[in-house]
Amino acid sequence: MDFIIGHYNYWIAIFLMMAGFYTVISRGNLVKKIIGLNIFQVSVFLLYISMSTVKGGAPPIITKGIEIYSNPLPHVLILTAIVVGVATTALGLALVVRIKEAYGTIEEDEIHRQDHSL
Amino acid sequence: MQDHLSLLLVVIPLVAAPVAAVLPQGRLPWFVALMVTSACATLAGMQLWAVVHDGVISYELGGWAPPWGIEYRIDVVNAFVALIVSGIAAITLPYALLSVEKEIPDHQIPLFYSAFLLCFAGLLGITQTGDIFNLFVFLEISSLSSYALISLGRRRQALTSAYQYLIMGTLGATFFLIGVGLIYAQTGTLNMMDLAERLPGVSGLKTIHTGFAFIMIGFALKLALFPLHLWLPNAYTYAPSVITVFLASTATKVALYVMVRILFTVFPNGFVTATPAADLFVLSGIAGILSASVYAIYQVDVKRLLAYSSVAQIGYMALGIGFASAMGVTAAIIHLFNHALMKGALFMAVGAIIYRIGACRMENIEGLGRQMPWTFGAIVIGGLSLIGVPGTAGFISKWYLVLAALEQQAWISVVVILTGSLLAMVYMGKVIEALYFKPVTETNIVVKEAPMLLLTPTWILVIANIYFGLDAEFTVGVAEHAARALGVVAK
Repeated sequence: MDFIIGHYNYWIAIFLMMAGFYTVISRGNLVKKIIGLNIFQVSVFLLYISMSTVKGGAPPIITKGIEIYSNPLPHVLILTAIVVGVATTALGLALVVRIKEAYGTIEEDEIHRQDHSL
Repeated sequence: MQDHLSLLLVVIPLVAAPVAAVLPQGRLPWFVALMVTSACATLAGMQLWAVVHDGVISYELGGWAPPWGIEYRIDVVNAFVALIVSGIAAITLPYALLSVEKEIPDHQIPLFYSAFLLCFAGLLGITQTGDIFNLFVFLEISSLSSYALISLGRRRQALTSAYQYLIMGTLGATFFLIGVGLIYAQTGTLNMMDLAERLPGVSGLKTIHTGFAFIMIGFALKLALFPLHLWLPNAYTYAPSVITVFLASTATKVALYVMVRILFTVFPNGFVTATPAADLFVLSGIAGILSASVYAIYQVDVKRLLAYSSVAQIGYMALGIGFASAMGVTAAIIHLFNHALMKGALFMAVGAIIYRIGACRMENIEGLGRQMPWTFGAIVIGGLSLIGVPGTAGFISKWYLVLAALEQQAWISVVVILTGSLLAMVYMGKVIEALYFKPVTETNIVVKEAPMLLLTPTWILVIANIYFGLDAEFTVGVAEHAARALGVVAK
């Protein structure tokens, strides 16, 4: 029991990871796939952020009288990864718009049908 | 200048990319890209020279000492891969001028070169950096720009294949990120050399094994290692010709470099063979060589045929890595270089056909061999090199790969390597048959030879195929040196 509650942050990250991954694989709607991808990425951000916590540590801002700080490096890394995630989502959605213009649909099986009926 | 060599290689294309985007339409953006890639090729040559003669270069970004700051650490392996990437880019650009004008709408050309330079900067960044998170950032720079570049293909399938690649590529990169996070949680460092020092102490832990698996799967997706190659045939088929040439001969090579770097330098010696990783590489190599080659035989689109052949060739490199011996890794690095030469030449020749007739399906190209003798010659010699006929670069790769397999007494692998060559003979035979032995169709009879500007770069690569097939001293020397630098121990 302690194993489950003590690591609740990791369980949340794993749940989100799997939920996102499943959405990417199972959905045929191109926008839903992008959203799934987003959830998948965000779960990794959570994983990084939660592992940077140091037990009893204060936020990493130098203050008098505080000895233990949380690790600020993962925060900085994830700031970069968030930017990458935003760029990926933007590019993905832009592609979806172009696909909608070219095919008139954003359903994967419909696109597949159009490509193979030619 | 000499001191900042390693950084300039990344900074020059990164700064030039936005410049190319705001330049007016016309040939100016192309000229900027040409200058940048030639400058980078020269710098990469100087860098390889410096590394071979003076040893490892360690460049501290912003003067922050590693492992706190980001370090660019160049040994023979990255210097060699950086030279391949920038060399191929410099040869591709003269070719790009006409091909891009034909395939890309005028108003998109400045943006095209801008994205090309970004992709180039990202790939060079991956080779240069010694920091594993910095590597992720460069990976995403190169990937995002290559998704955009692929989507610029003329047919609408280019959009869906770019989308498919975006999904798969992002999954791969995120897997890599998870792996890096787990390893960071255990070791507290991101610097590759620092990791190499700390990992032996903790390499028995489950976290490290999980992280390792995530990193390997992530990069296997990027590398298009069988059976994670599904994005590659579509992306290569529908991308603009120039992008197919560039990605086929650089992007997968850089991903392979990262794999060997992580397997042999970052993780301690013997880790690969202690985990199922080595066996899995051999297995996926064997499966990839056989199934992708058979798939290639049944393709009717020449570009798609060559794309499947690329998946098979990646299988050869995986086989070399899977042997986890000095000989095997040497063979993989030799093939990395030689495959860039042959696929570069072949995709350029196919691009020249597309330039003339606008398509490259088997029924479209019938009899073209007599109309376009030089292009046909390039396909024949490139094909021979792909098969591995003595006197071509492909033979050297196959020779070392077979030697590495014999050293391990891996008889099945030897048979597979040779079968792969036979299958390559069949699918290249099909292309040559359509080009030369079928009568010229009426629409093709008026087709003229491709312009000089397309033929010259193609033939530079063709001649390189023959040159490095006859004189393998440079490739083999550098590859052996590289395997030592990676820290692969002879078994």
